[in-house]
Amino acid sequence: MIPAPFEYVRAGSVDEAIAALTEHGDDAKLLAGGHSLLPLMKLRLAVPAVLVDISRIPEFSYVRVDGDEVAIGAGTRHFELERSDVARAEVPLLPHVASRVGDPQVRHKGTLGGTVAHSDPASDLPTALLALDGSVVVQGPGGRRSIPVTEFWLGFFETALEPDELVVELRVPRTGTAGWGYEKFTRRENDWPIVAAAAVQGRVALANMAGSVVRATATEEALANGASIEEAAALADQGLEPSSDMHADAEYRRHLARLLTRRALETASRG
Amino acid sequence: MQVTITVNGQQRTDDVEPRLLLAHYLRETCGLKATNIGCDTTSCGACTVIVDGLSVKSCTVLAASADGATVTTLEGLAGPDGELHPMQAAFRSEHGLQCGFCTPGMVMAAIGVLSDNPDPSDREVREGLEGNLCRCTGYHNIVRAVRTAAQAGPSAGQVPA
Ligand SMILES: Cc1cc2nc3c(=O)[nH]c(=O)nc-3n(C[C@H](O)[C@H](O)[C@H](O)COP(=O)(O)OP(=O)(O)OC[C@H]3O[C@@H](n4cnc5c(N)ncnc54)[C@H](O)[C@@H]3O)c2cc1C
Ligand code: FES
Ligand code: FES
Repeated sequence: MIPAPFEYVRAGSVDEAIAALTEHGDDAKLLAGGHSLLPLMKLRLAVPAVLVDISRIPEFSYVRVDGDEVAIGAGTRHFELERSDVARAEVPLLPHVASRVGDPQVRHKGTLGGTVAHSDPASDLPTALLALDGSVVVQGPGGRRSIPVTEFWLGFFETALEPDELVVELRVPRTGTAGWGYEKFTRRENDWPIVAAAAVQGRVALANMAGSVVRATATEEALANGASIEEAAALADQGLEPSSDMHADAEYRRHLARLLTRRALETASRG
Repeated sequence: MQVTITVNGQQRTDDVEPRLLLAHYLRETCGLKATNIGCDTTSCGACTVIVDGLSVKSCTVLAASADGATVTTLEGLAGPDGELHPMQAAFRSEHGLQCGFCTPGMVMAAIGVLSDNPDPSDREVREGLEGNLCRCTGYHNIVRAVRTAAQAGPSAGQVPA
């Protein structure tokens, strides 16, 4: 399978990428690790006229402490996040979840900005970022703005990004030694989650339970009101309408959401 | 467009279509047929090569993006007088292959595993090779081969310069 023809532009900087997006508008797409986009292009589900390669932008890949937060460059590849000592010490949920994405070859190419911008409800790292209550820093011709994660993913392949903006940084609060849990249910080790639950500091996010990654708000409210883990986890699927597909029907997904939420909260409570 | 890529130690410049995949570039433009294409969907790992020191699935990388990179395929492993790379030697001695289709990708992915973790356990080898499928299902011997290769020291996790 070979993608349809396109014009290839390599961006040497964030400004060059924005200029290319501004010039080509809806015809252009950014290429980061290419591990979501190229498969879609091979199937002709994406047919961009112009591909703007941002995979070689220097200074786009970093993990550093910035005040109360950890800042991660959008070009940081999954394996770099997995091995980052800063991430392991300051927000251990993230490197763990990075290590659960796909297989080593996928983690050598896929980027944090790519998985965030792609907005697949079945993706691991967005689920973790949502539980961490971080923010997405985006940049366009008018400069930078910061979007809370709770307002970023709008639906399947749909985000709050404008067509001429790119994701430049992800920011999450430092959680240090606070307990966390991540439970991912798959049929094969290197697959996307059928359902996954991330828990940290009383917040819970779920993968593949709606059109985008979502917070288990009923569970969070119950925990805040003093419910036990068992009681709170039993509410994890409340208000959600998961879909049925060949991997699992909606009822089974609901069961998994409750079960994985309980396990993730239990792990988090053990610190 | 023009790309300059160092393939198995030789720098070359080629005119390519932007949509050319690295796997096709290696097989058709460079004539290096060891790199197999099994699934074309990033699932099987048969097309795994080492790009700038990291194992990647070449069916999901554009040759255009590899401009300036250093790529090693199975053909680039043996020494000038045909001396096998430690990973190749271990796949041979442990009989880590049956039909051989998955083997080039397995060998390259296995080198990637040892470059991260020079002395992995059985479980770590299995996890490290989770992106590679063997339809002959000869996984036991493959795992044994990787662990045998690890005994050869750091060179088993490296590709020739
Ligand atoms: C075999 C396989 C297994 C996988 N398994 C998993 C898994 O278990 N869990 C999981 O979560 N994911 C999985 N993935 C997906 C993987 O994590 C992707 O790498 C990731 O989702 C996309 O990152 P990328 O850098 O490759 O993005 P690309 O494919 O380059 O881009 C994806 C989309 O984001 C846009 N984009 C990229 N970067 C930016 C940016 N900085 N700003 C704005 N838009 C941008 C692109 O235009 C495109 O629309 C798997 C992929 C494969 C091929
Ligand atoms: S051919 Fe590339 S992963 Fe199967
Ligand atoms: S040896 Fe036949 S596919 Fe692996």
